[in-house]
Amino acid sequence: MWEYTEKTKDHFLNPRNVGVINEPDGIGEVGSLACGDALKLTFKLGKDRRIADAKFQTFGCASAIASSSALTEMMKGLTLEDAGKITNEDIADYLGGLPKEKMHCSVMGRDALEKAITYYRGESEKKVEGEIICECFGVTDLEIKRAVTENALKTIEDVTDYIKAGGGCGKCHEKIQAIIDQQFGGIQILPSMKKKVLTNIQKIKLIEETLIREIQPALAKDGGNIELVDVDGDKVTVKLRGTCATCSKSQITLKNYVETKLRELVSDSLEVQEVN
Amino acid sequence: MAVIYADNNATTQIASSVLNEMMPYLTEYYGNPSSMHTFGGQVGKKIKEARAQTASLLNATPEEILFTSCGTESDSTAIRAAIMSSPSKKHIVTTRVEHPAVKNLCEQLAKERFRITYVPVDQNGALDLDFLYQSLTDDTAIVSIMWANNETGVIFPVEEIASVVKGKGIAFHTDAVQAVGKIPIDLKNSNIDMLSLSGHKIHAPKGIGALYIRKGTKFSPFLIGGHQEKGRRGGTENVASIIGLGAASKLSQELMTKENTDVKTLRDTLEKGLLEKIDHSFVNGVKERRLPNTTSIAFEYVEGEAILLMMDQFGICASSGSACTSGSLEPSHVLRAMGVPFTAAHGTIRFSLSTYNTMDEVNLIIEKLPPIINTLRNMSPFWKQNQ
Repeated sequence: MWEYTEKTKDHFLNPRNVGVINEPDGIGEVGSLACGDALKLTFKLGKDRRIADAKFQTFGCASAIASSSALTEMMKGLTLEDAGKITNEDIADYLGGLPKEKMHCSVMGRDALEKAITYYRGESEKKVEGEIICECFGVTDLEIKRAVTENALKTIEDVTDYIKAGGGCGKCHEKIQAIIDQQFGGIQILPSMKKKVLTNIQKIKLIEETLIREIQPALAKDGGNIELVDVDGDKVTVKLRGTCATCSKSQITLKNYVETKLRELVSDSLEVQEVN
Repeated sequence: MAVIYADNNATTQIASSVLNEMMPYLTEYYGNPSSMHTFGGQVGKKIKEARAQTASLLNATPEEILFTSCGTESDSTAIRAAIMSSPSKKHIVTTRVEHPAVKNLCEQLAKERFRITYVPVDQNGALDLDFLYQSLTDDTAIVSIMWANNETGVIFPVEEIASVVKGKGIAFHTDAVQAVGKIPIDLKNSNIDMLSLSGHKIHAPKGIGALYIRKGTKFSPFLIGGHQEKGRRGGTENVASIIGLGAASKLSQELMTKENTDVKTLRDTLEKGLLEKIDHSFVNGVKERRLPNTTSIAFEYVEGEAILLMMDQFGICASSGSACTSGSLEPSHVLRAMGVPFTAAHGTIRFSLSTYNTMDEVNLIIEKLPPIINTLRNMSPFWKQNQ
């Protein structure tokens, strides 16, 4: 049983502003039957250029209906500029909070509002940009990045709670984690960084970073590990540990994988050698 | 507000006769059944009686009954025991519609390098038996097939499957948590090696289950400890609950006919009433080979959690196959395995009755639900489009 606030229950059992406005100024439709929830939001502007009326139709659970109802109440009387500032957090706060697993309902409200405003302004609807990361729910990397940044999401579970990504088959979990890491993980390894001339300190830091974030996890899958011993000019000295230390193929790993990866992400002229 | 409890596949009310049997063993008779003194020994005698009662419900012998803490423990014990007993075999056969107790265990075993075959079901929820039989190999350690599905009530022909599996020298286990007490079970005349049951589905308390292990079946314990349960499960017995399970087993035998007549009539009335009054609704799964107390009805274009919460206003308790109720985002794996469209899976409600339900209650559900579905459909952006 979900712990819904009294206000959420009230907006679910007595939803405000159900319906569709005739000849609306703005329409925003999000979600689908397959996803389990969907919202159609319409609004009309008054002579004072403020939102005079807003109505919704929602297919979904109690918190989806309550979030939609809350949104329509919040929008009324606002200018489009102010309405555009309503965040998913604001919708949840209006209801006295939503269970963490239900935050995606408030995000759905915010998304419908954005679409409705875009429609009014006659801007062509933003095309689905970015790369689809979660195929089950059709969520792109850009959407995940936005949710992670706006709501300071730290785990895959958080991302699923807010925008559903990762809540289906789970195949995209690695990619979602990579996006979270990128937003919060300190130095970002971008291909462009390597073009720059690096100072020695920058180079060492980037090598360390690459080892920790890219190479160690890959070796760990086979029970191996790697440690940075020294960097002298372009000579990178490492020590192989775990199963790598005794593996007959370790020299191949060193040259074909570790060196290639470091050259790709840090500097083309690097050479990797193993300390004995 | 009176509670109308139509969620008996989730759990059941403890029968007063069961509680009465248990009470003395929660109060004055607190001895340890393993003790040498009479005070403890008398408790041991009562456990023996409960074991015989539980065995009788299954037409098994008392020695074949192992008391556990729940259905999940019984399932884990059975499947782990089978693979421990044949360490060279690395293949397990189960279905795509098992309860998480078996499903998630198999997913875990897949990580432990077992190969798992998930037998599919058709749109009626019936198992693809050809697929099942063709998947059996010399490497198969165990076949685990539920007796009846908890969501749809669809009954699988486990006795027939057990014969085929047994013929190939493979162990057969069935999760019969939903079947026990609702349909007659005769293990003496079957080839089933192991069977799991749970107390709280048959009016005993939560926290007690049993595993039937056919005499001669290779076994290794899941809980290692003292000599309790003949060394098959260490740990001091959950005395009062074991006695409760015994009493509930006896009660189940007495109520078996009622379950298949009166309760079935209530279920059929409920099903017919709802389907008649609510268009765009249908039953998930075959209607014939089905538990007498269960109906899974899909209401298209509405979402299950919203239905449940609106019914809750009237004290009506049921379950949903929708995603939103469980906290996961996808609808029930059972409905998806059956190929129920998303439009219907999200709006599926399971009603599961018991001998405690009345015709008045059924009529109240038939009266209250149609306006709820109507309200939610009128709120849905898809409803008018599809009219």
